[in-house]
Amino acid sequence: MQTINNVSRRKFLKALGISSSALVLSVNLPGLSLLPKVFAAEENPEKFIPNVYVEVNSNNIVSIIVHRSEMGQGIRTSIPMIVADELEADWQQIKVVQGLGDKKYGSQNTDGSRSIRNFYKPLREAGASARIMLEQAAAQLWKVPVGECKAIDGKIIHQKSQKSVGFGELVAIASTLPVPEPKDIVLKNKADFKFIGKSNVKLVDGQDIATGKAIYGFDVELENMVYVVIARPPVLASKVKSFDDSQAIKIKGVIKVIQLEDIKDPVGFKPLGGIAVIATNTWAAIKGREALKIEWDVSHHSSYNSSEYKAMLKESCDSPKKILRDKGDTTAALANASSILKAEYYVPELVHAPMEPPAATAHYHDGILEAWACTQTPQSAQGTVAKAVGLAPEKVFINVTLLGGGFGRKSKPDFVAEAAIISKQLALPVKVLWTREDEIQNGYYHAVSYHKLEAGFDQNSQVTSWLHKTALPPIGSTFNAKAKVINFEGSLGMIDMPYDIANIKCTAGKADAHTRIGWMRSVTNINQAFAVCSFADEIAHARKENPKQSLLTLLGSDRHINVNKEKAKYGNYGEKLKEYPIDTARLKQALNKVADMAEFTPVKENGNGMGIAVHRSFTSYVGCVVEVSKNPQGHVKIEKIWMSADCGTIVNPERVISQMEGAAVFGLSLTLFGEITAKDGVIEQSNFDSYRLVRMNEVPPIEVEILPSHEPPGGVGEPGVPPIAPAICNAIFAATGNRYRKLPLAQYNII
Amino acid sequence: MFTLNINGKPNNVDEEGDMPLLWVLRDILKYTGTKYGCGKGLCGACTVHIDGLATRSCVLPISVLGQNKITTIEGLSDEGDHPVQQAWKSLNVPQCGYCQPGQMMSAAALLAENASPNDEQIEQAMSGNICRCGTYPRIKQAIHLATELSSEIKGS
Repeated sequence: MQTINNVSRRKFLKALGISSSALVLSVNLPGLSLLPKVFAAEENPEKFIPNVYVEVNSNNIVSIIVHRSEMGQGIRTSIPMIVADELEADWQQIKVVQGLGDKKYGSQNTDGSRSIRNFYKPLREAGASARIMLEQAAAQLWKVPVGECKAIDGKIIHQKSQKSVGFGELVAIASTLPVPEPKDIVLKNKADFKFIGKSNVKLVDGQDIATGKAIYGFDVELENMVYVVIARPPVLASKVKSFDDSQAIKIKGVIKVIQLEDIKDPVGFKPLGGIAVIATNTWAAIKGREALKIEWDVSHHSSYNSSEYKAMLKESCDSPKKILRDKGDTTAALANASSILKAEYYVPELVHAPMEPPAATAHYHDGILEAWACTQTPQSAQGTVAKAVGLAPEKVFINVTLLGGGFGRKSKPDFVAEAAIISKQLALPVKVLWTREDEIQNGYYHAVSYHKLEAGFDQNSQVTSWLHKTALPPIGSTFNAKAKVINFEGSLGMIDMPYDIANIKCTAGKADAHTRIGWMRSVTNINQAFAVCSFADEIAHARKENPKQSLLTLLGSDRHINVNKEKAKYGNYGEKLKEYPIDTARLKQALNKVADMAEFTPVKENGNGMGIAVHRSFTSYVGCVVEVSKNPQGHVKIEKIWMSADCGTIVNPERVISQMEGAAVFGLSLTLFGEITAKDGVIEQSNFDSYRLVRMNEVPPIEVEILPSHEPPGGVGEPGVPPIAPAICNAIFAATGNRYRKLPLAQYNII
Repeated sequence: MFTLNINGKPNNVDEEGDMPLLWVLRDILKYTGTKYGCGKGLCGACTVHIDGLATRSCVLPISVLGQNKITTIEGLSDEGDHPVQQAWKSLNVPQCGYCQPGQMMSAAALLAENASPNDEQIEQAMSGNICRCGTYPRIKQAIHLATELSSEIKGS
């Protein structure tokens, strides 16, 4: 974990008593601070900089540096809430500053639902140490014991003498003080929190968003900038054989057409290559690209056809290359079972489709590279760009704009590298924009997967064995072309299957990747929870038990599960099992809570069906109930979604609820419509007509409750997604008796 | 040369007539509040008002615009206090916020036509606007709130 350093303790010699009248600052300004002209316009007050996350200015403004990317999860509001609370700052004096990509902040990789999980404590300590130093500064100023000085709402108060002094006036003294040792940092009592755990502040960027002033990756404008659209290979890793740009360059606004370097294995975060059209505006670049004639030297990935690939995955499940978890003797237990239940599940390839496709602006000049990008991961963008343009990382400055959605796509900085390479080549500022077609057809896809499950029962209908065989192309293939079997993906909802069963075996078969495989919101939890939570429901119906009761039986006694003792290597989202155990009591609590909220019953009096699922991911626990109705024609309608969320300690409950609502909608889209298919290696979908997302009229009411908890903070952005698909399909089964095991549901014509 | 009436001001634009209004707004005139999402009129991120009607600017060539009044999110109100904007802020509607200018423009056009729409009318008017973050329930709530704010403004 990070320790706090006084990175730039500047000693100010100026006397005290600096004017600090105008304190009130709108917290809605920071969106614009992303642009260089605004950087230049910043006034430069004296600063007290106790650590990398906090700056107290002599003008009484407290700058809080948000080092994580904002993509809708509310982190630009939640991080300041943590720091301001421990600092005892007045919310009105807070200014939010987006951190550049810089390893001094610790990880900035905004994925894995870990911004709060990993930084809650360091950020509290950052605020607290600043507060302690300001209290010490006041004590020194007034020559009183520090114990008599207390920070309250942006001031230090000396109660005995009724004296008070604003933070800004203590900047000079505080800057001369040593940073407290970690052992001397006293955090606030939770009962004294003013922001943490409350929903009492508005979104930091709410005003800018409401007025169209918020700056996203697409919106960055530099002087003399050119606009770039790229024709990338339709089949991964294909090369340009030849191209004819004679028509393209005739188009008004097209400046130039250039060929980019072909990509080499491993693809990683490297640009895909292709032909770039440089223009004075985006439309000219798009038209120019349409006018190009390109002949591709098509790669071996042209063998990729989704229907054949599905059949291959199905077979591959039966030839496991890896055993991921092995408890007891599943083979023997299945052989001795009094009955066996089998089912197969399939989830197709998916793509992120953030409303803002990837976009990056870069300017290579004077031996440095500046970039502005909607990136989830400015440090890996920095590293990737540095390599691409041959600069040292410290010569590469990655400014993070707001992200118009991320969902994992924007943690791959290939698009930032494209802009950097082209800027260097043209010696101009360039903005590379991905169209929707580019985003859907040249993505980092959620892997298509096939699952075969078997459960063995004894004479009393108790489950004695569980076999889960899967096959899917691994994320590792993006970084190593030889990787064909999943690795850490098993830890995301498969090997951590929490049911109390004596014999458990999880295996993975091999699968060659033909697209760039990436991670998408909740990653393999999507398909693995779909298989596991659907199959659990099938077990309930097989033994004629209420699905909720059956789940409680499967979950068994309150206990912490350590699958590492069962020939497994469990990643636990990078956390220690001791601090973040797999806790069946919390699973049951989330299950019971959501069942109560929905008044769960498999079939309601009006004939509506209800489906239930509970799943742990990213160390959080989410229960879900879905209600569906059916009409005489056999069509079903999703009537309502309930969710219970135990995410441990919560910073901003209002944003946790919004993330769960969003996760429900995300899950709904992938359940109903999500399907990417390939023909001869080319992705067949291209825009929102062929890759459908749910619209307002397709979304039922969503009711979310947060379970109060004193456990350490868990993930929030992703854990809401996995239980949605199985809960929907379980509800449809309850309503109609039809079990749907292959997504998306659109293929069955039932919605 | 085209003269476009945007947010009450004339703007001269020397571009090809087939250029969609979206790119003229964004790249030529730097009104970047209007967003690109699909380029095919499928997602509504680029919604502006043409004479008060919600219109997808990504498929609207400037050649068809005469003296029509074009309103973008930047021109929806002077102080960012249109009832829709107030409601959006008050309910923390946005997640990433990228689609929200388009959502607000659709909502404002709806309310101009129907001062108190019911859920079904809201769904009908708003189903052309996609939100990948899933803010639909809050958008619906905010439109109801905006109708209340509008009637309060009219009443006062």
